[in-house]
Amino acid sequence: MTIEEIEKEIIEEFEMFGDDWEAKYEHLIDLGKSLPLIKEEFKTDDRIIKGCQSRVWLNSELKEGIVYFTADADAIITKGMVALMVRVLSEHTPKEIVDAKLNFVDTIGLKEHLSPTRANGLVSMINKMKADALSFS
Amino acid sequence: MKELKNIRDQFPILNQKINGYDLVYFDNGATSQKPLSVIESISDYYKQSNANIHRGVHTLSRTATGLFEKARKTLASHFNVKNDQQIIFTAGTTDSINLVVNGLSKNYLKKGDEIILSSYEHHSNILPWQLWAEENGGKLKVIPLLEDQSLDLSKLESLISSKTKLIAIAHVSNTLGVITDLEKVNSIARKNNIAVLVDGAQSAPHMAVDLTKLNVDFFVCSAHKMYGPTGIGLLYLSEKWLKDLPVSKPGGGTINTVTFEKTEYAENALRFEPGTPHIAGSVGFSAAIDFMNAVGIQTIFDHEHQLVQYAQQKMSEIPEVIIYGKSEHKAGVISFNIKNNHPFDVGTLLDKYGIAVRTGHHCTQPLMQCLNIQGTIRISFAIYNTKEEVDFFIEKLKKVITMLC
Repeated sequence: MTIEEIEKEIIEEFEMFGDDWEAKYEHLIDLGKSLPLIKEEFKTDDRIIKGCQSRVWLNSELKEGIVYFTADADAIITKGMVALMVRVLSEHTPKEIVDAKLNFVDTIGLKEHLSPTRANGLVSMINKMKADALSFS
Repeated sequence: MKELKNIRDQFPILNQKINGYDLVYFDNGATSQKPLSVIESISDYYKQSNANIHRGVHTLSRTATGLFEKARKTLASHFNVKNDQQIIFTAGTTDSINLVVNGLSKNYLKKGDEIILSSYEHHSNILPWQLWAEENGGKLKVIPLLEDQSLDLSKLESLISSKTKLIAIAHVSNTLGVITDLEKVNSIARKNNIAVLVDGAQSAPHMAVDLTKLNVDFFVCSAHKMYGPTGIGLLYLSEKWLKDLPVSKPGGGTINTVTFEKTEYAENALRFEPGTPHIAGSVGFSAAIDFMNAVGIQTIFDHEHQLVQYAQQKMSEIPEVIIYGKSEHKAGVISFNIKNNHPFDVGTLLDKYGIAVRTGHHCTQPLMQCLNIQGTIRISFAIYNTKEEVDFFIEKLKKVITMLC
């Protein structure tokens, strides 16, 4: 699937919940549990994404022209957001990742619920994923 | 308390929905809300009395000067200070501490001197001293915690050496709500001829503070945590330091005479208040003090104490809750965590129910290191909070726990 197709899939998933924010957050929490976890030995300070209030670690690897992301976070809602980003961006080429518009964050109605700090954390996370992809291209 | 409804009516901001729920404002430790009397005093000041103060010959300037100096008197009387010149207006607690550090570093603090802090200091009462210490080969020593997270004052004397010049200590821990036994700290300090600075940012909003009785060298607090406006606070100087603290922030209004060769500074509070002060802020601060006294400081303390006791009791019945700061002597604050959960998640979900709490390290990272945690969730009360709000919070906290666990 292309990045846009995955975004569409996520949007549809979240549309099912309508205005039920509790269900939305419960889904996000479940998604957090599905995150492809970073290896413990990679959970180093230099892999912590700055700007997040909770700790988020991200590792990026290039295999045969495809970028693979693994990550972890110590807050579960943050971890859910990380899981969404990894699901959308992982296993694509560096160019696809760098060019991704990522409109889904606004559409699924989570950005409005994020505190400015957390929203900045999200921006930092996207920037880091794109910067890593760029370094592989 | 039959007047509680009337008190809540004084705070229009409380009457709103957040995410479809009635706002429950439990973040008073960060800043309190403001009653109508404070809001109107500031707006009236700008509508009727605004002018620059001191040295103005015209009527409006004299009116504004009168209001500013009346505010100083109100604060002096509130804190039982005989000479109102011992009350200096600053931008707030942080500004006050910096003013003291910068003044003391001119000649009181010498290279290699030592300063004693407590384990639960706010960063504002650590960083200015640390910066001074780094630049002057000074040393910070720290009073450890007891099991119940109150301070182990039995260790204080052993921290004192011939180089100890000052104890800088919170009156109430902003993170834990624990009240420091200042009488004991001060008596040890006096015996050893050491100056004492008290950070009253979290005590002044909740309890009566008698600075004559307390008899410390410096006391600092912020108006915005006391139902007053942001951007203004106070620095109390003892009689000795009103004379002896060197000017470190010179500027307009602080002087008697100036030539290019030499300046003679004013002898009173003005020497520490350079530039045009926050005049409207002083008016609002004064109105906030009037509000607190109209309600009654003891009434405020008792009400918040009851809420703390009630909430702590209810929370301790929830098995997943860990409460920090178990000391009996607490003012207005409860810090806690949910087992195996990040405070951030709890705070985010509580906000969805309209409950405003604070999460994180609360600018006390060294305390977090002592407790070996990343952060906590903190609820902090003011006079307008109710038992019903605590019940709603407990109900939603339980719901959040089922969502997260």
